[in-house]
Amino acid sequence: MPEDVSDLVAAAKDGDRSAFDELVRRTYAETYTLAYRMTGNDDDARDVTQEAYLRAFRGLKRFRGDARFTTWMYRITANCAATHMGKRRKHRHEELDESVPLADEHPASSPELRMEVTDLRARLVEAVEQLPPKLRSVVVLRDVYDLPHEAIAAELGISESAAKVRLHRARRRLREDLYPLPSEESARAV
Amino acid sequence: MRCEQVVDDLADLAAGHTEVVAPDHVAHVEHCLRCQAEMVQYRKLLRALRTLRTEVLEPSPGLLADVLAGIEEEAERHAIAGLLRGRRVAYLGGLAAATAAAGGAIVLANHARRRVKLAG
Repeated sequence: MPEDVSDLVAAAKDGDRSAFDELVRRTYAETYTLAYRMTGNDDDARDVTQEAYLRAFRGLKRFRGDARFTTWMYRITANCAATHMGKRRKHRHEELDESVPLADEHPASSPELRMEVTDLRARLVEAVEQLPPKLRSVVVLRDVYDLPHEAIAAELGISESAAKVRLHRARRRLREDLYPLPSEESARAV
Repeated sequence: MRCEQVVDDLADLAAGHTEVVAPDHVAHVEHCLRCQAEMVQYRKLLRALRTLRTEVLEPSPGLLADVLAGIEEEAERHAIAGLLRGRRVAYLGGLAAATAAAGGAIVLANHARRRVKLAG
């Protein structure tokens, strides 16, 4: 079994099923994380993750390898999540979920700082989850996963300018929520 | 220029993407303390968002098994479809060969009949 992801991709493209399974094993938690960040709940994130790997399996021959496999998976996941959420919106079935445990935290050195960082992360995650799905998808893909505007627009099925507008709105909401200016804070207090 | 006109550019500036911001907007921010303060807040936000990238959530149990089972099913479906496609090709090939052979036999028979007539 090859060690390197690119070797695994090459083997999987040649029809080696066990190589594809190994790719899934190595990347599924990251794919699930993106799916969860975009959909905001475990059930949808699981569906999106499964669908994303099926699409990847069917389309692996088309993966040219000029991007990293994980980046390619992000794009597929984003597309699946957008499709899934589109269907979901029709049903208007919103649920509140308990928070998902973190597998990989990077705690800060001092207890005070750690608490501050944890608190900030918790507030950030909550603020992102509170965004409407259309805004949340764009800000997650751009500012967390660093996908270019062009790729975001393509995978979400919107124009590049629409993606930029949504990004501005999402960033502004998050900024006002998490890092308000003194004038905004005093306005809130009134 | 008013601060409201550059407000959408502050996050881009905070991210260091000055090339996508109009030069007069950049110039305004360079001289406006209010916009600079807001830009600093955007910088903090973008930094915080980037830290989410390093976090990997722990999927609920059974997800990996479900994904692998789904792929197994898809691979089987693909293999069966390939097999059927192969058989269909073989069947159509056989049919084409039989048709060609029958056609050839008819042509040969006609040819032979014409020869017999001419000889007669």
